[in-house]
Amino acid sequence: MASTIRVRATNNGDITEVQALIQHPMDSGFVKDSKGEIIPAHFIQQLTFEYDGKPVFSADWGGGISKDPYVKFAFKGGKKGDELKVSWVDNKGATDSTTAKIG
Amino acid sequence: MTITDNKFSRRVILQGAGAVALVGLGNMSFALPAFAAANDKYPEAAFKQKSDADAIKALYGKTAETSDKIKLDAPEIAENGAVVPVSVTTTLADVSSISFLVAENPIALVASYRIPAGTVPSVANRIKMAKTSKVTVLVEAGGKLYSADKEVKVTVGGCGG
Repeated sequence: MASTIRVRATNNGDITEVQALIQHPMDSGFVKDSKGEIIPAHFIQQLTFEYDGKPVFSADWGGGISKDPYVKFAFKGGKKGDELKVSWVDNKGATDSTTAKIG
Repeated sequence: MTITDNKFSRRVILQGAGAVALVGLGNMSFALPAFAAANDKYPEAAFKQKSDADAIKALYGKTAETSDKIKLDAPEIAENGAVVPVSVTTTLADVSSISFLVAENPIALVASYRIPAGTVPSVANRIKMAKTSKVTVLVEAGGKLYSADKEVKVTVGGCGG
C-alpha cells in the first residue's frame, strides 16, 4: 500500500511552509449509508509533524475534518534537504508515517 | 515542484501483503514514542461535547474574549458542507494553540492545533459543516483565550450522506 500521506515542504529563507494531504475516510459516525445504517466513526485523531527531533506542529482532529484531510502551516527555520517527519494515528489505532525532504 | 511520496511505496506494492504487515509494525513503533515524548494527549472529552460552549470548557477550562487580531477566513456561502476551506492567521504573540469549532455540528469541536514556539500562528484546513452555522476559531496566546467567528451559509450539508 502506498503511503497515505503526501507532504510538500518548501523553505523560502526564514520560513518553511508545509502542506499535507492525507488519504483517509474521516467518517464522523453520524452519517448513514444507502441502507440507512450508520457508518461507524473512523477518523484521524492525531497528526504530528517533527523537524530535527522536535514537534513543529500537531493536530487533534475529530470527525468534523473533511475526508482526505488537507492542512497547511509554516514554521521558522528548516533547511533545504533536511527531513520532516509526519505521522498520524486514527481512532481505530491505525497509523502511518512518512518523511519529506524540505525543498 | 513535486509532491514527495513515501519512497517505500513501490517496493511494498511489489512484495505484497507480507511487506505491508512489516511496514505497518515499523510505523507503529516509530509513531507512538513520538506522541509520548511530546506529551500530546488527545483531548477525548472535548471531542465528545455537543455544544461549542461545553467543548471550549472541556478543552481550555476558560472563556474566550473576542479579538480583532485574529483573521478568520471562511466562505460566506459553502456550496458543499462536506468540504469547507477555513483558515486563520493572527498577530497575537505567544500563540500556543488554535482550535476550530462549528456550533451546529453534532460535535462542535472540529480540530485543535498545538503551535510550539517557532511555528507561525497560521493554519489552513478543510472542515465539514452539517448546516448553516457559526464557525468559531479560538487562539490561546500568552495563557489567555481569544476568539473570532463568522457565520457560514451551507447550501448542501456535509453530514447527510
